[in-house]
Amino acid sequence: MEYLKKYPKLFQWIFLLVVFFALCFAIDVPETYKFIRGQAEFVKDPNQSVYFFLGKEVRYYAFDVFWRLPPLLGWLPIWINDTLFFLMNEWMPMEFWNEDTQEFKTRPLLLEISRNLTSFMTFLIELIREILLGGLETIVAFTSWDFIDAYPWLELPGLPWTIVAAGATILAYKLSGIGLALFAGLTMVYISIFGQWKPSMQTLSFILVAVPLSFAFGISLGIAAYKSKRVENVLYPILLVMQTMPQYAVLVPALVLFGVGDHAAVIITMVVAVPPMILLTILGLRAVPPEVIEAGRMSGCTNWQLMTKVLIPTARRDILIGVNQVIMVCFSMAVISAFIGAKGLGFNLLLALNQLNIGLALEAGLCISLIAILLDKMSLAWANQQQDYFGNLTFFQRNKNIIFFGGSVVVGAILAYIGTFIFKDTFNYLFEVPHNKGFSTADFWNKGVDWIFDTFFVYIKAFNTWLITEVLQPMRALYLRMPAVATLVLAVGAGYLIGGIRSALVVAALTLFIALSPWWDRALVTLYMATFGVVVSCLIGFTVGTLCFQNKKSAAFMLGVCDIFQTFPSFVYLIPVMMLFGITDTSVLIAVIVYATIPATRYTIEGLRSVPAGLHEAATMSGVNKFQRLTKIEFPLAFPHMMLGINQTIVFALFMVIIGAFIGTEDLGQYILKALSDKNGAGIGLTLGICVAFIGLIFDNLIRTWVEKRKKHLGIA
Amino acid sequence: MSETVIKCESVYKIFGENAKKMLEESNGNVDAKTFQENGCIVGVNNASFEVSKGEMLVVMGLSGSGKSTLLRCISRLTDATGGKIFIEGQDLLQLNNKELIELRRNKMGMVFQSFALLPHKTVVENIAFPLQIKGIKTEDSISRAMEMVKLVGLDGRENYFPRELSGGQQQRVGIARSLAVEPDIWFLDEPFSALDPLIRKEMQDEFLRLQEKLQKTIMFITHDFDEALKLADRIAIMKDGIIEQLDTPANIVLNPATEYVRKFTEEVPREKVLVIEDVMDSSTKDNLGDIKVSKDDIIENVAEKILTQEKIVGVVDSNNNIIGSIKPSKIIDTVFGGRKNSS
Repeated sequence: MEYLKKYPKLFQWIFLLVVFFALCFAIDVPETYKFIRGQAEFVKDPNQSVYFFLGKEVRYYAFDVFWRLPPLLGWLPIWINDTLFFLMNEWMPMEFWNEDTQEFKTRPLLLEISRNLTSFMTFLIELIREILLGGLETIVAFTSWDFIDAYPWLELPGLPWTIVAAGATILAYKLSGIGLALFAGLTMVYISIFGQWKPSMQTLSFILVAVPLSFAFGISLGIAAYKSKRVENVLYPILLVMQTMPQYAVLVPALVLFGVGDHAAVIITMVVAVPPMILLTILGLRAVPPEVIEAGRMSGCTNWQLMTKVLIPTARRDILIGVNQVIMVCFSMAVISAFIGAKGLGFNLLLALNQLNIGLALEAGLCISLIAILLDKMSLAWANQQQDYFGNLTFFQRNKNIIFFGGSVVVGAILAYIGTFIFKDTFNYLFEVPHNKGFSTADFWNKGVDWIFDTFFVYIKAFNTWLITEVLQPMRALYLRMPAVATLVLAVGAGYLIGGIRSALVVAALTLFIALSPWWDRALVTLYMATFGVVVSCLIGFTVGTLCFQNKKSAAFMLGVCDIFQTFPSFVYLIPVMMLFGITDTSVLIAVIVYATIPATRYTIEGLRSVPAGLHEAATMSGVNKFQRLTKIEFPLAFPHMMLGINQTIVFALFMVIIGAFIGTEDLGQYILKALSDKNGAGIGLTLGICVAFIGLIFDNLIRTWVEKRKKHLGIA
Repeated sequence: MSETVIKCESVYKIFGENAKKMLEESNGNVDAKTFQENGCIVGVNNASFEVSKGEMLVVMGLSGSGKSTLLRCISRLTDATGGKIFIEGQDLLQLNNKELIELRRNKMGMVFQSFALLPHKTVVENIAFPLQIKGIKTEDSISRAMEMVKLVGLDGRENYFPRELSGGQQQRVGIARSLAVEPDIWFLDEPFSALDPLIRKEMQDEFLRLQEKLQKTIMFITHDFDEALKLADRIAIMKDGIIEQLDTPANIVLNPATEYVRKFTEEVPREKVLVIEDVMDSSTKDNLGDIKVSKDDIIENVAEKILTQEKIVGVVDSNNNIIGSIKPSKIIDTVFGGRKNSS
């Protein structure tokens, strides 16, 4: 009884768990229930029932209502599909002038907008691509094919790789210094001599369009939201869902709206990359001290000057993190959007993975990662640049970078010209090393993989089998054994205990959406994989983070490692695991663990770091030893921040689980992947994406509410 | 004194949704409690005063007394809920945005408690900032800023970033920035409150030196009564948004208007605040000793001289005419007497 008074929360939790398990045991598995492996629910089946909603036919398996809720939201994907189709093909027909046929033509408004957007994006990408690689489509865009036929010399020759490499090196040197310049130079040379030049430049052109556009949109919308409460209220829920929405899921609607190709990829990349930019812009602007704003006002700033000269520069740190995120997402999407026909390294990577050519995949993945790191570092350096007013510079000193670049253009051009004589019968290696005609270490890696397989096959297989039969299968069975009602009770109860009635309602709504969709079972499978990944990631992350924190240098080193790893596109993580474990659930889970360990480690170190120094001293003076200090002082105080790390870990894990569908899983991701090749996939893909996003948001809501309360309680809010 | 630069007529600042409506209904009789019950917080309550050219008005009050709010009303960083504010005859609340910006660019400078420097700009860039905002060419603004750097004694540190400077140095930058456009009116919002006591004293002296040179019209906010006494031509003491007393330092110390003001004056070393004129006897001019003191001398500085005299000491004005006298016992009474009564 005394315990009850002392820890009322604890008993409430125990009560909740008791109710949950009681429900689990009370509700039997219906005899008709069977988990259908890898098969869409929409196949006709004698066991299916049918209902109609808004004139749409929805089929579902009739189960006991307590066991699985009927898919009352089954009409949603169909409805989304029909609406999209209607908007694209029938809504608001208008007269538009057609250049080719020289007459007005009636077209639906949205289709016309989408076409114009598409051609605009295509033009931008082609422009950069042709500067880097050569071509004539941008010139055709302004003239005509006949014109080009008359003047064939107009075709852009493309820059020799030597010039691009020199340009990147000089730019890196100007922005940061010798270190980054060296890195830039080596990266470019590596890309070239390994024969990845063309796909790399294709990817780069994609990035060079997507990043600035996402940045511009993100920061403008962020400013709009900062200035107007109403805009923020509208944006915020969308942003939340978009942040946890897996990237696969947005591909499908993009297919419908913009078709296949680089342009669709850029547009959809913007959709994914803009939300974090907006959120971080708002966050940064909010954090600007009011006195700094007042100082700006008193200096006589107009609103525009206040924004550009005071607010944005002062909020630079957060905005920079936003740019960082944008670059990260763009590279991630550069790979994923190969599914909808984007050219470049991503396409090669997917192809190589599909053929199980690990060596090739590794090379392509390494190229993407190197370019990603390079751009990331360069953008950081650019933002940190300073002006020097007092340099008495000569003309040469002021313009040395331009002069050097001009020189390298001349030298590169001459080299390329000489190349035409040296490599008369083969490719001109001084101009461009053709794809897959450079050095390749693919064979080496492939042999390595074979060797690993031959040598360790038994052990890997044994580990694999053990993990799957002893851990994963039972865990999956347990998750699937949960009746829907019991899960609902658990989620809502947890929401109520953590955040009161408000949280309970939010969690209930989110859970109900998933439960009423036709994919509850798949959501449970997704959840089981994510849970496994998160638990292991957190264990590793907390341990590594805590150990690294013991020493300042190792902590800084670890944070740097996290930074670099975070820059890798998520898809790249699949390469090494496929190398070792082949096409199994284990591979996916290990990729999940590796990927999700990054935020867990980072937040652990940051959390421990944020413990005030005064407390360390107070603890030391109380005579605690290292271990006591860790357990009694540092962990309790750092825990709220570490919980935010868990939050991130969950989001990362969910992303990776969904991407893992590429290897072949049977969760929501698999269905999203399937929707890509489905004529009516847009609705399904989007609804599935929302389901995944909601899983993330349930945890997000619970954890954030808890953290806020806890921080207030500890007085470190 | 000469012309009026700042003039406030019953200025009110009330925070809350229905502030304007409630203020109209109250007919100028604002009671903080009833307003609070209706979800409004009274920041400034019926403030009326004038500041003349070249005068330094110090507004003193504890945190939450509305002193910073009053300053923000006058610089129009926030709009006053009621009343009128005139800056050199211009009705501040009637100015449109463009006119307000012009006014700030040319007439006003402000220094902030937390320095409010732009973290991404160097010292000289920070100081040049208001000039560049005005559209002055980079070279000119930088060379002007360099003059300001010298004025506040930060030579050699012009390329430092704010984070690389100490608090006192940062506030020097803040002061230099606020003076860069050569404003007529200078607002200082607790400029020295975030500094260490020693640095604070140094900065106060520096500030007095600057003011002697520049002769700006100043509104200075502080929560430190000693600082107010040291710097002010006149002091306004605020409590709960109301100006309790507005007078010269000497009058405030000698004749506190309310109980609240008296509490502040209790611990004040009077000999450091009062001048001979404040305590002299202007009726007795005969029977004086040889030694004379000026009416503008601070008591502390001449106390020893007077106390060693047996006779009454004569007081002279700047033209060396005798205008009164002072007894040694009066000095003792001033230094110790007042405090005994009040305790």
